[in-house]
Amino acid sequence: MQEIIRKIERKQMGERQVNYTPGDTVSVSFRIKEGDKERIQQFQGVVVQTRGTGSTATVTVRKASGNVYVERIFPIYSPLIVDVKIMKRGSVRRAKLYFLRGRTGKSTRIKEKK
Amino acid sequence: MQCLIGRKIGMTRVFDETGKSVGVTVIQTGQNIIHQVKNGEKDGYHAVQLGFEEIPEKKVNKPALGHFKKLGTPPTRVIKEVRCDASDSGKASGQRVGVEVFDNVKFVDVSGTTKGRGHTGTIKRYNFQRGRKTHGNTNVRERGSVGANTYPARVFPGLKMSGQYGNGKVTIKRLEVVTIDKESGLVFLRGAVPGRNQGIVVIRAANEG
Repeated sequence: MQEIIRKIERKQMGERQVNYTPGDTVSVSFRIKEGDKERIQQFQGVVVQTRGTGSTATVTVRKASGNVYVERIFPIYSPLIVDVKIMKRGSVRRAKLYFLRGRTGKSTRIKEKK
Repeated sequence: MQCLIGRKIGMTRVFDETGKSVGVTVIQTGQNIIHQVKNGEKDGYHAVQLGFEEIPEKKVNKPALGHFKKLGTPPTRVIKEVRCDASDSGKASGQRVGVEVFDNVKFVDVSGTTKGRGHTGTIKRYNFQRGRKTHGNTNVRERGSVGANTYPARVFPGLKMSGQYGNGKVTIKRLEVVTIDKESGLVFLRGAVPGRNQGIVVIRAANEG
């Protein structure tokens, strides 16, 4: 039974490899539709959490936009997402970086993995 | 006759052609067998008997086995009679029907047996509100008054009270057919379907409009 669901999800997932972990800085490129034009937009920030398994997995990315912080949730196997590039590897001790939410500026820095 | 018996496999989500994520229930129907075809002359109405999931002969009781033997069809776990109209001739005993019957069908109705919840209070069963827990109150999860006193001196029938909840037939109407996988006999429906995973469900094309 579950095997069938897994097979369906594997088909949805395609070739994309997911190899980021919370704390990494990633740049997500995704297609965005404006009227009938399509273009690719980047969203670069820190991975706050990863969630879900199979094709339902999502990633929450947090970045500073001006002086407000924006979090965006991406269904990572969506066909609208073109690419996820890892810019920096972060070293953190927890799986969900909710502690970043209260912080601004210097205190949001994450130690880089050697 | 746009009707099939299937098994609920479970839920997941798929991306549609615009990239939107759609929550779907996957139902496996495989190939249903047509056992008996009832027609207007002999039976007074038109219907077909659908069978789902073949089983060995030793698993069937003797009255049912006699029925299958007479028709010359393999025994199945589930049998279900479905009404159809006179124009739907061309169906014959022993034929197999698969998910292709839902080609060009946009919406379907799905019937299944809901999960049994046993004897259940009014809060879970009818979404009644709870009483306050403090200030001397003792009526926390009880339903409250069941009516007046001297007149009518009885409780009206049909009043919502605690009792058996679930384990009954429920039909969900107008579920969108997202895709059909003919190769493995799967139907993908947008939204939830009654019953547990692996439960038996009946899918029927919804009425137009």
